[in-house]
Amino acid sequence: MSRELLASRAENEAIRQEMERDPSIVMLGEDIAGAAGRAHLGFVDAWGGPMGSTKGLIQQFGPERIIDTPICEMSFIGAAVGAAITGLRPIAELMFVNFIGVSLDSVMNEGAFLRYMLGGQVSVPLVIKTAIGAVATGAENGGGTAAQHSGSMYSIFAHIPGLKCVAPSDAYTAKGLLTAAIRDDNPVVYFSHRKVGPVKGEVPEEAYALPIGKARTLRQGKDVTLVGVSHMTNVCCEAAGLLARDGIEAEVVDLLSLAPIDSECVLESVRRTKHLVVVDEDWPDCSIATTVAALVADQGVDYLDGPVKTVTGARTPVPYSGVLEAAYVPTPERVVAAALATLRD
Amino acid sequence: MVSVSAEAPTTAPVPNDAEILKRLYRTMRLIRAFELKVETLRTSGRLQGSAHLYVGQEAVATGVCARLNADDYVASTHRGHGHAIAKGVDVARMMAELYGRATGTNKGKGGSMHIADTSVGMLGATGIVGAGTPIALGAALSAKTRKTRQVSVAFFGDGAMGQGPIYECLNMAAIWKLPMIFVCENNGYAESTSAEYALSTRDLARRAESFEVPATVVDGQDVFDVFHHMGEAVRRARDGGGPAFLECKTYRYYGHFLGDDPLRYRTQEEEAYHRGRDCIDRFERAVAGSRGLSENDLRSLQNEVVETVERAVEFAEHSPLPDVAELTSEVYA
Repeated sequence: MSRELLASRAENEAIRQEMERDPSIVMLGEDIAGAAGRAHLGFVDAWGGPMGSTKGLIQQFGPERIIDTPICEMSFIGAAVGAAITGLRPIAELMFVNFIGVSLDSVMNEGAFLRYMLGGQVSVPLVIKTAIGAVATGAENGGGTAAQHSGSMYSIFAHIPGLKCVAPSDAYTAKGLLTAAIRDDNPVVYFSHRKVGPVKGEVPEEAYALPIGKARTLRQGKDVTLVGVSHMTNVCCEAAGLLARDGIEAEVVDLLSLAPIDSECVLESVRRTKHLVVVDEDWPDCSIATTVAALVADQGVDYLDGPVKTVTGARTPVPYSGVLEAAYVPTPERVVAAALATLRD
Repeated sequence: MVSVSAEAPTTAPVPNDAEILKRLYRTMRLIRAFELKVETLRTSGRLQGSAHLYVGQEAVATGVCARLNADDYVASTHRGHGHAIAKGVDVARMMAELYGRATGTNKGKGGSMHIADTSVGMLGATGIVGAGTPIALGAALSAKTRKTRQVSVAFFGDGAMGQGPIYECLNMAAIWKLPMIFVCENNGYAESTSAEYALSTRDLARRAESFEVPATVVDGQDVFDVFHHMGEAVRRARDGGGPAFLECKTYRYYGHFLGDDPLRYRTQEEEAYHRGRDCIDRFERAVAGSRGLSENDLRSLQNEVVETVERAVEFAEHSPLPDVAELTSEVYA
């Protein structure tokens, strides 16, 4: 049975179902319940997690498994790594991806490297769930969350051997990829886009895992391949609709897995369409977009009838003002322009 | 030169059990023999690779780990050989690791700074100062969640007391009453920088007290003092009484890394003073001719560990190199 759920509720359901299945799963993070220690005043679960994705879990699983931490990202993620190599399967909530600044050591030098460094003695079944993305309101009065709370930064993680990275684009992929991340025996970074979380979609009630390392084709087309990362897949779909008005059939590939990348799916699509546009909200350099472009340059250059185009966030910190923020983020119009440019060449 | 002849070999209770005494002595001797061998091998050019020697600090690892069970956890530091040996890691496989061989503890992928053997609770050494402590905290959280009565030990130095994670972890260990023991090995130097310069407090235990974690200043060159205080800390932690902090004041006899000349930042007089308080000498003086431990017992243990280390070198040198295909294995589970 399936029904409509917000993507953030789909995440909640994934965590709940997996925790019911496996008692070794615990969750650590700041305010994942909220009001910790205030049960005597009648307060529990004040926040239900930063985006509400952990709401209700503390009532069901208690504070021994839903562990509200002090604000100390390096140490609680390091502790999650330590717990992961000693019999637990932790989910660590990194409230915003920018907070990687104070926790990268635990993620990289410990979480990602331990298994290799120790000659395979341990596995690190850890999920780092983190919020990404500019909300891009376009508001003329005010704005979004600015430079330190709006980043995407997937490539920082995807760069590191030992980590897997997944980025869903809707409620269905949110539940399936978070479930897969929890079941994986490796550290998996799960990127939860703030514009995806509040959107409803069809979600099966039963637990299911989508394979990490697999992209999906959301829309078939013969003229140009649009590869989307996370919420940018939705932007690609809008762009494909605009292109269709001009008789251009765009194929939309939802990358979903950023490490490893489903090179087969991308190459197969480009082989048929002969044109590629990669759309990535992250910064333009050393990015998922450049990695996909490099993949096609390396293994699919003979397929191409036009230059590979990338449409990315600006090479700036994310601005505050709604108008500037909207200009920062890739839009369907920019994707259409890029598609037309590669088709024209 | 400061005279130390007047100092008592120990002010702590000496266990009245010859087996415990032999174990403490053998462990300190084995660590020292191993480290001196590494020094010789490196100096003669027979061995390459980075290594940070533990010579001088043997009483700390020995006294701490003697109170632990095999399934208790230890997270170590870049100066980790002593912790590994004291926790029961096989020295032959350690030496093979230093040689970068396939038979090493980490199959040659870690080297001196990452020696680990999870089968004896040695979760590994880390080259990032202070980073082992969150790992140990996680192991303590895991033990508490799984209700196993295991305890977890974080070793770190005075250098790590400048790093944030130590304080983050003291805080979390205290609020969650975790079965964790923080063992600060204050050897007076973070690389070439003295603790006097880099740290605002002389007794680092005071910092832990401010987190309401029971803290003790321990003579880290007296294995009985370490053993005594660690015993109390472990008992409390295992019984659900929460964490403890031991500041073990100690000294490393060599430089920060092998090849570093410490006389560029400290004096011969200072070194002589600390060598005059050597943990092995003091042990020998404390037990001389008593407690069921004869001169002969001590000598035979000395000979035995030297042989053990020689066999370790032989094992390492005759071990196969890693297959190059191993380069890409074990990145993922």
